Amino acid sequence: MADELEGIKAADAARPGAHPATGRPLLRIDGVVKNFGAFRAVDGVSLDIGAGEFFALLGPSGCGKTTLLRMLAGFEAPDAGRILLGGSDIAQALPHERPVNMMFQSYALFPHLSVRDNIAFGLKRAGMARADIATRVAEMVALVKLDGMEKRKPDQLSGGQRQRVALARALARRPQLLLLDEPLAALDKKLRESTQGELMELQRRLGMTFIIVTHDQEEAMTMATRIGVMDAGKLVQVASPRELYEAPRSRWIAQFVGDINLFEGELQSREAHRVTIATRDAGTLVVAEPRAPVGKTTVSVAIRPEKVKLSRRALDGDADQGPAINRLEGTVSDVCYLGGSTAYKVKLDAGGTVRSAIANTARRDSDAYSVNQRVVVWFTSNDCVVLEQ
Amino acid sequence: MSARRIFARPARFAAIAPYLWMALFFLVPFGFVLKISLSQTAIAQPPYEPVFDFTAGWAAIKAAFGALSIENFKLLVSDDLYVFAYVRSLTVAITATAILLLIGYPIAYGMARLPARWQAVAMVLVIVPFWTSFLIRIYAWINILQHDGLLNQILLALHLVSQPVVWLSTDSAMYLGIVYSYLPFMILPLYATLAKMEPALEEAAADLGAPPGAVFWLVTFPLSLPGVGAGVLLCFIPIVGEFVIPDLLAGSNSLMIGQTLWLEFFTNKDWPVASAAAIILLIVLLAPLLLYERVQRRQLEER
Repeated sequence: MADELEGIKAADAARPGAHPATGRPLLRIDGVVKNFGAFRAVDGVSLDIGAGEFFALLGPSGCGKTTLLRMLAGFEAPDAGRILLGGSDIAQALPHERPVNMMFQSYALFPHLSVRDNIAFGLKRAGMARADIATRVAEMVALVKLDGMEKRKPDQLSGGQRQRVALARALARRPQLLLLDEPLAALDKKLRESTQGELMELQRRLGMTFIIVTHDQEEAMTMATRIGVMDAGKLVQVASPRELYEAPRSRWIAQFVGDINLFEGELQSREAHRVTIATRDAGTLVVAEPRAPVGKTTVSVAIRPEKVKLSRRALDGDADQGPAINRLEGTVSDVCYLGGSTAYKVKLDAGGTVRSAIANTARRDSDAYSVNQRVVVWFTSNDCVVLEQ
Repeated sequence: MSARRIFARPARFAAIAPYLWMALFFLVPFGFVLKISLSQTAIAQPPYEPVFDFTAGWAAIKAAFGALSIENFKLLVSDDLYVFAYVRSLTVAITATAILLLIGYPIAYGMARLPARWQAVAMVLVIVPFWTSFLIRIYAWINILQHDGLLNQILLALHLVSQPVVWLSTDSAMYLGIVYSYLPFMILPLYATLAKMEPALEEAAADLGAPPGAVFWLVTFPLSLPGVGAGVLLCFIPIVGEFVIPDLLAGSNSLMIGQTLWLEFFTNKDWPVASAAAIILLIVLLAPLLLYERVQRRQLEER
């Protein structure tokens, strides 16, 4: 397990901006706290973000991610802590004094101004020459593919077009940092997916630093190079999408990011590179030794559904030797065909229920499992993770 | 009968209702006033002639029509007394409306930025004076402004003045009374537009480099213009015709058209001139109304 995780980390290091610690970070958030009355919205968040990163702040609503973003934009002042941008503390600077721009969830386009004037608004405030403004606006209009729409007012545009104007307006000043507050929430699913791709491509091309706030873990995983997961005002894990998914730090993160099977149990023994856990309702499981030594004896074994395999008959060979080290018998209780994959629920003889997702790699699958069928559920010791909390 | 027709009938009636209202309560009385304004004063009951008698036959009606003239209008536009009254009415209304806008806008803006539960409290505070009769409130002001009234007592106690100041029967007292009475009519429409404005718009302007002053003039104010228009009209039109406040608080040396009209009607018993004065007032007031409507329609068409 430890070796494999190192492999995951090494692969991520190759991605731009994934390791800001090697250079001076563009943005350093240092012990930032924000209270609203008695409610602590952001609770001592520290985070470094490198130039050129596409960083996602992910969390459920009310976790403090939007408040943190608003502090970066200057709409809220932190009660404690520093926000360093390019080395200077901007924590108390007013919004109009910061080289940071934001794209609002509601887009906040000025309804009385045309598309052109919306995009030019920030350029005029910067005191740019008229000719330069015209050039930059044309450039931005082309960038977001809104040619021919320059004279329209926001209420003459579709939702997708408004989203593009908002993006062009925020990008026009070429900010050091672009903040995006749920930028795709108002779009329908198809448009959202294509826009995700466009945003990524745009960020790569411009080499700009993006910080996106989202509650949608799929969106964060698709777009971001790194993800910071927030819960109750605290940053609970900062990791690459893969590390976050494959090596979540807690039960809560494991459940928040994707689907997962969790089995609680007692730590029984520790041998060479593996630990044995007696679970309450899934028998005894063998798991590769986690990175950090396990302190508690009450732990959870977590395994993603797509790593849970099913078999029709008892597997050959000694369970202790083969890769299919964990074998559990059970009965299929639910089958849900999803197109690309099929989700199975298996009621284990030991009492628990396990979910398994199997890719539909062929059009006709005569081997598909059906409800009430007896199966063997199996997975390797490397495919599951031990979680303490 | 199809479902559509069932719904069509009340819908059609609903569309007619406002026109019916207009015809019954505006056009018909307006017709009467217009007719009187074209008549001559007479010592009779009613105090003008000709009087239409529809039972007297066609020739008599024709003769009555022939007796109508625009003499009263000629008098009104040629006599300085009336011209000054119109000019003074417009001056007072424009000045008072400007003061109202300057005071009302910051109050409405402050209200719209209060936390939601305090907004309701502020709204009640703005409306609460309406629960007392308008006349009583103006008389209360007379009490405060008079020679030994509250205002002079305070000023004397604070040694700001050495002897009582004359407040009553001055233009200052009249403006005070007008601004005090009409302030809610300015605040409420302004508050309504400012409160429904998306707060993110001001944040977006600040985010794009606009300092607070620029945020206000480039975003907040332009977007509040419908409220400004409604508030200005709601104050300007009744102030032009205002009669009670100038009569009670201002001096008697220069009259507003409302006072002049009252004098002609009740003191001079000159109904035709009073009617003509009312008609001209209506035409004067129609101009800003039509202008406002045209601007609004243009805004709608742009969308």
